[in-house]
Amino acid sequence: MEHLKFGPMSVTCMFLLLAVCLGAPAEAKKLTVVTATTDMAALTQEVGGDRISVESVARGYQDPHFVEAKPSFLLKLRQADLLIVVGLQLEIGWLPPLVTQSGNARIQIGANGYLDASQFAEILDIPTGTVTRAMGDVHPLGNPHYWLDPDNGRRIAKGIAAKLGDLDPADSSYFQERFQDFDKRLTTAEQKWDAEMKPFHGRKLVTYHNSFPNFAKHFGLNVVGYVEPRPGIPPTPSHTLELIGLMKRENCKVILVEPYFDLKTPNSIARETGGKVVQYLPSVGGEKDVTDYFKLFDYDIALLTQAFQATQ
Amino acid sequence: MKNLILTVSAVVLSTAPLIAQQTSTSQASAPDISAMQQQIKDLQERIISLEGQMRMLKSAPPAASAPAGATVQQPLPAPTPPAAQTQAAVIAGAEGQTPTLGGAGGSAAKALNPDISVIGDFIGALGTGTVPALAQQQPFPSMEMHESEVGLQAIIDPYARGDFFISFGEEGVNLEEGYITFTALPKSFVVKVGKMRSAFGKVNMMHNHVLPWIDRPLVSTNLVGGEDGIDDAGVSIQRIIPAPKGIFLEATGQVFRGDSGSGLQSVFKSWQRSDVSTVAHLRSYKDVSESTNLDIGLSYARGYNDSGASFLTNLYGVDATVRWKPLRRSIYHSFIGRGELFWSQRQQFPVEQRAFGFYTSADYQLGRRWFLGGRFDRSARSKFANLTDNGGSIVLTYWPSEFSQIRGQYRYTDYAENRSANELLLQVIFSLGAHGAHPF
Repeated sequence: MEHLKFGPMSVTCMFLLLAVCLGAPAEAKKLTVVTATTDMAALTQEVGGDRISVESVARGYQDPHFVEAKPSFLLKLRQADLLIVVGLQLEIGWLPPLVTQSGNARIQIGANGYLDASQFAEILDIPTGTVTRAMGDVHPLGNPHYWLDPDNGRRIAKGIAAKLGDLDPADSSYFQERFQDFDKRLTTAEQKWDAEMKPFHGRKLVTYHNSFPNFAKHFGLNVVGYVEPRPGIPPTPSHTLELIGLMKRENCKVILVEPYFDLKTPNSIARETGGKVVQYLPSVGGEKDVTDYFKLFDYDIALLTQAFQATQ
Repeated sequence: MKNLILTVSAVVLSTAPLIAQQTSTSQASAPDISAMQQQIKDLQERIISLEGQMRMLKSAPPAASAPAGATVQQPLPAPTPPAAQTQAAVIAGAEGQTPTLGGAGGSAAKALNPDISVIGDFIGALGTGTVPALAQQQPFPSMEMHESEVGLQAIIDPYARGDFFISFGEEGVNLEEGYITFTALPKSFVVKVGKMRSAFGKVNMMHNHVLPWIDRPLVSTNLVGGEDGIDDAGVSIQRIIPAPKGIFLEATGQVFRGDSGSGLQSVFKSWQRSDVSTVAHLRSYKDVSESTNLDIGLSYARGYNDSGASFLTNLYGVDATVRWKPLRRSIYHSFIGRGELFWSQRQQFPVEQRAFGFYTSADYQLGRRWFLGGRFDRSARSKFANLTDNGGSIVLTYWPSEFSQIRGQYRYTDYAENRSANELLLQVIFSLGAHGAHPF
């Protein structure tokens, strides 16, 4: 009698059979939503309430351009009914391979469970004319940091509520009610924020990266320059000197820095200009206490008003 | 952009008579002003919504335009009043007039083009030492445009995406990879069909431009086919296996024609149709903390070799990677420690060769643009298992931006024939266009 032989095909087949046998995905009762960033998760939570579970891939204190595409994220993505992305190529460096490898047909680009939230928002800084990388890591479709305008928050939440209702028609009215409630609370909060920021209307400031245009537009602030010479390019001595000159000429005293950038250059600029460095939060979850969309604006507006008062 | 201007103009023009009418009748009362403000706000919202839809249309992948079974949901506008319907018709008309772009077809045709990228890889070498005749590690010339990798990547349809990586040397062209990935299969399977780098260990899957070194480790060169590695036409099936305690487990099974490498670096050779080669890989991954993770893999490959029609080669591999990257400072500091161990069992005349080799490396990111690394190599040769080469490298890399790298590597190699080489390698990598991100 011949010995049992394991040919190459049978080894591979056994390997895959093992994978199938061990892989019986559990039925999820609630809609499972995965978002690229915490801000989208916060807005989804507002309208989704307890009928969904939502989790963000990126943390609020990390640079959303450079998130590592860890395999552990695949475990989240493979269960997701809906993937919400910021879009405008913010996640281009890390999200596409995760989506491809997830083996989840529902969230592939173009599928019903893939939602690009940028379609709902007012987008600024859309480049005109020729776009080249001599301009740095410029986003050809516009500035992706658009959630920092409460009006955009409202628009995104409305779009997400419609999408959740589309995926779960039985709870559609619940999501719409949640959105109406969010809208009311946001309108009240906006009135408070507008009042707090009104005295500083027209004030000039500098940001490290160009991540503030929507906030600045909404609250009437004037961003006159950036610590980065070009988006994504680290500060250079010549640009820093130019920026110091500009800030002195424009009497600009506030430098906003995202929590993931080094403070060395901003601090030296502040020393030269008599200005103040403010480490603001671009995203929900940037600090432990900033757990929702409202607290994000509360936090940043408190920081800004203090900084403007201190540099009158 | 022209469309955008037309959209905004259309909306503004259509509201102008309305505003004129209201202001001309009399001094507007407070409720009138409030109503007008609301109307302007509503129109603003409509413009933003239309701009969003236009962006989606412009950036929509082919999958979105042919939604069979997987439809794209555009935002649902509120019930449209007749005036707005007229505006929409005007806008639709304006959008219908697509501009001709340089005789290359309409913008819609260009929107469906794949992402195109070219990555240039220039290598220069200085140093002394002659490479023994039987050594598998080949010397770099003084200067060469080592590789120009053209990438063409796109979503094919709602069920699959396609990736091509065509590698141009100074002479000759090689299809490094060209495969379709079926992303919408049941039971969460991911299937690739085409020519691809096999999932045997870590380095074998990496393209040259994502390696942290200029060369490949000695063990890759001596046992796993060198630069091309196990890279063959075939089918790959992978699936994530549920595991407890947040452990990521993924199994990959691959079947190839059975031809990988050539000459001294030949790994597999197919003598007849049934001489397929197979690769199996099991990957486990665990986040130890938010900043640190551990990645361990087991690999197996089997195929016929170039010694003769019935001679088999079995390869076994273990890989381990530890990564550290603090999230708040992820763009400034990171550390990656890697190691791979390979065993080769090669049937050949007169006696089977059993060779072992490994490399271990560490790379630390000093600052936003600077990386320092080192690697230790030791490997026997697959066809002459009694000959073992040793080596070591120190690597310094500077990143002017995300799209270019300048790298220097000092490499010492102690060949089994009691010859050694001291070399200084220099590399410039530069990237044009939209190159898709590589898997982690």
